[in-house]
Amino acid sequence: MKRLRRSMLFVPGNNPGMIRDAHIYGSDSIMFDLEDSVSINEKDAARFLVYNALSSLRYGNKELVVRINDLSSGLGIQDLEAIVRAKPDVIRLPKTECAQDVIDCEREIERIEREAGIPVGTTGMMAAIESGRGVLNAMEIAFASKRLIGIALGAEDYVTDLKTVRSDGTELFFARCMILNAARAAGIDALDTVYSDVNNEEGFIKEARLIRQLGFDGKSVINPRQIPPLHQVFMPSEKDLIKARAVIEAAEEAERRGSGVISLNGKMIDKPIVTRARYLLDLAEAASVTPVEEV
Amino acid sequence: MQIVTKGVAGTMESSDIIVRIEPAEQKGIELTLTSAVMQQFGKQIEKVIRETLAELGVESAIVNAVDKGALDCTVAARVKAAAYRAAQCEDYTWRTKQ
Amino acid sequence: MKNIDLKKIPHISEITAQHGSFTGTPVKPKETFLERMGSKNKVVPSLEEAIRLSGLRDGMTISFHHHFRNGDYVVNMVVEQIAKMGIKNLTLAASSLTDIHAPLIEHIKNGVITHIETSGLRGKLAEEVSRGLMDFPIVFRSHGGRAAAIESGELHIDVAFLGAPSCDPYGNANGYNRDEENATCCGSLGYAKLDALHADKCVIITDHIVRFPNTPYGIPESNVDYVVKVDSIGDPKGIMSGATRFTKNPKELLIAKTAADVIEASGYFYDGFSMQMGSGGASLATARYLREKMIEKNIHARFALGGITGQIVEMHEEGLVDKILDVQSFDLIAANSLKNNRFHQQIDASVYASYLNRGAAVNELDFVVLSALEIDTDFNVNVMTGSDGVIRGAIGGHPDTAAGASLSIVVAPLTRGRIPTIVDKVNTIVTPGSVVDVVVTDQGVAVNPARPEIKELLEAAGLPVTTIEALRDRCTRIVGKPEPIKYKDRIVGVVMYRDNTVIDVIHEIDEE
Repeated sequence: MKRLRRSMLFVPGNNPGMIRDAHIYGSDSIMFDLEDSVSINEKDAARFLVYNALSSLRYGNKELVVRINDLSSGLGIQDLEAIVRAKPDVIRLPKTECAQDVIDCEREIERIEREAGIPVGTTGMMAAIESGRGVLNAMEIAFASKRLIGIALGAEDYVTDLKTVRSDGTELFFARCMILNAARAAGIDALDTVYSDVNNEEGFIKEARLIRQLGFDGKSVINPRQIPPLHQVFMPSEKDLIKARAVIEAAEEAERRGSGVISLNGKMIDKPIVTRARYLLDLAEAASVTPVEEV
Repeated sequence: MQIVTKGVAGTMESSDIIVRIEPAEQKGIELTLTSAVMQQFGKQIEKVIRETLAELGVESAIVNAVDKGALDCTVAARVKAAAYRAAQCEDYTWRTKQ
Repeated sequence: MKNIDLKKIPHISEITAQHGSFTGTPVKPKETFLERMGSKNKVVPSLEEAIRLSGLRDGMTISFHHHFRNGDYVVNMVVEQIAKMGIKNLTLAASSLTDIHAPLIEHIKNGVITHIETSGLRGKLAEEVSRGLMDFPIVFRSHGGRAAAIESGELHIDVAFLGAPSCDPYGNANGYNRDEENATCCGSLGYAKLDALHADKCVIITDHIVRFPNTPYGIPESNVDYVVKVDSIGDPKGIMSGATRFTKNPKELLIAKTAADVIEASGYFYDGFSMQMGSGGASLATARYLREKMIEKNIHARFALGGITGQIVEMHEEGLVDKILDVQSFDLIAANSLKNNRFHQQIDASVYASYLNRGAAVNELDFVVLSALEIDTDFNVNVMTGSDGVIRGAIGGHPDTAAGASLSIVVAPLTRGRIPTIVDKVNTIVTPGSVVDVVVTDQGVAVNPARPEIKELLEAAGLPVTTIEALRDRCTRIVGKPEPIKYKDRIVGVVMYRDNTVIDVIHEIDEE
């Protein structure tokens, strides 16, 4: 089963209570933030806190992501020195402008992995694109490293860069399409930005439906309350599920026969349709059961 | 690690601990601990504070900690942050998670 | 008057035992009823006079209600006056006591109060009691247990001192005021009603004497002996808030959502069900999620019971809940609904939960959602003592509703700060595990092994079902193993189960 990334919960890196409980809300990924949610005077304290949490707390099978400060600030390197050694699944690089940003970060990660005795390539990466330049470079960014599991849109900085503000999503349409297509070209995930008005559930669901329709794999959330409606949006319809089950059955049948040709109701089924069907069934399974994770 | 000034880390929020570390005249750690869970976890918190300071090589300091139900890993993180600040040191060492 | 020969009436001696007229029959009045009310009534000039007239003596039992919660002035005011009058060795039987009653400490020390019966205890008084303030242990009873104790005579009330936001000169008393808009308000007088009915003497203490008849009333004049007007019976801010705030705490919401899912899957969510929601953040929020499910499935509730909040009222007003049975109103919306909504009924503590009342409403509950300080692996629940062993809670209707409802759900965060909620043994058993069916935490749901059919239903619905032991283990793994609380031998509190048996005791804490 491919890892689902419907939801990535933002957790401020200097808040012990939230760090402790981050896994209980059912998000697919948890992102501990050392960047924007941590004031400049608390960067060191947050780093100790997130490092210790990753080293000693258990988060079950959640994907653990740490957003570091950008390397140009000087803080990013210090973050990597600590965090890579605590072995999260993914390092999220903010403010990615071009492929070189990813390459620079990867070089540091690799150096630290070697120094720390961690197999090179263990640490995944994810790049957040937050400017006009970054959006235009989405393609080269998406191809910049084998470590990349996905690219994400960071809309708050992006709209400022564009000299606009967030409204109904029109202002993000181009960026979303660029990022999505770049991600698909590179075969990695496309992840959407946060929706900051926590009390506007209707607006949140509208945006979630939009990005799901565009083709995004998921979205960042800043409040646990946004997770259930988001997952609901990603829940396939019963009609789609019936079709998907039929497709999978046909594929299994073809495999049993040792045939490369899959047919359903007399029609040939292409491979991408099988992949899509499998994804829908995974989504449905993830949405129907709340497992008690062993943590 | 030499404590040269006053260093503070942590907050008064629930599940956090605020740790103040100051230089001491005499050798040894002079620890004052207040905790919302003193009776149940006071000894454990004190143990974590002392062990963390020992690990950092802090041999003399006045330490004042006000705990609001922090887990051990939070206690250790706050002690380290406060100690590095009090030592005006940024030469961090990070061990690889096993 | 016509001259009637009584001897000619057959069986006259069996028809009426005492011939002749009652004494005190009033003469035909001529003044208006308004004028009459001013003179011949039950209003006495002072609290002191009321106490004197009530015949209160050393060693008697006085009772109070807790509908004014932490805004209550009545308990302190009355005990202060009694102390001044030199009466001692009293039993104070309140439906509950809280932070504001700290002045009782002095009256316990000087011997005015020697015994206390209550549902709960908080603040300074609770801490002092835990440190051994009283010679006699405090008797803690649930609301239903207290009702049964009063009805059976186990708890005999000599004089009830009952605060009421409005009362007419003959004693018809209410928890709100129909004649004045911004008067003190507490809604239902459910606990007071039973005290008024059973006490030998009943004194109503009010800040608003209104015109007769103060109907519909909470306490009828037939149960009232004296009425005293005072300047203030309580602090409105402490009595109740405008609306019970809907929690935004994501953890409480998560627990509430899971609890609502549990209810939906349990088989007790059908058209015409009955329910009660406790007053904790998560249990209140459960009502919100349940409401969505009710609208979605087009089902409604026959009645909602209990401490009533604005949320239940809202559901009543939008037609989702047919009837409200209200023993205690938690906020102003609830209080105003009691005043204005015809099917929002005030009930007394016996109708609510008495162990001896066959028709007690708790016995008609499909489900109840309750909170807890601690739950142990035998499903016993503690809502009484903190993790440091100090008294800081109230039994309330916890065991009554858990025992009465077909499905009792206890909601609690797995840990509070560093305090574990699921433990090997609770400090104080308030509700026995035998009547607790499901425990819902933020990190999993545990079903009492006595209810395997519920477990099956919840699992089939995809709920995160685990065992209570697994939850306990997870607790320990997160916070570590707390050191056991140190107690002295001396018993400072006795916890009575609703059937009048001792279910647990509370020891003096050892702070050495």
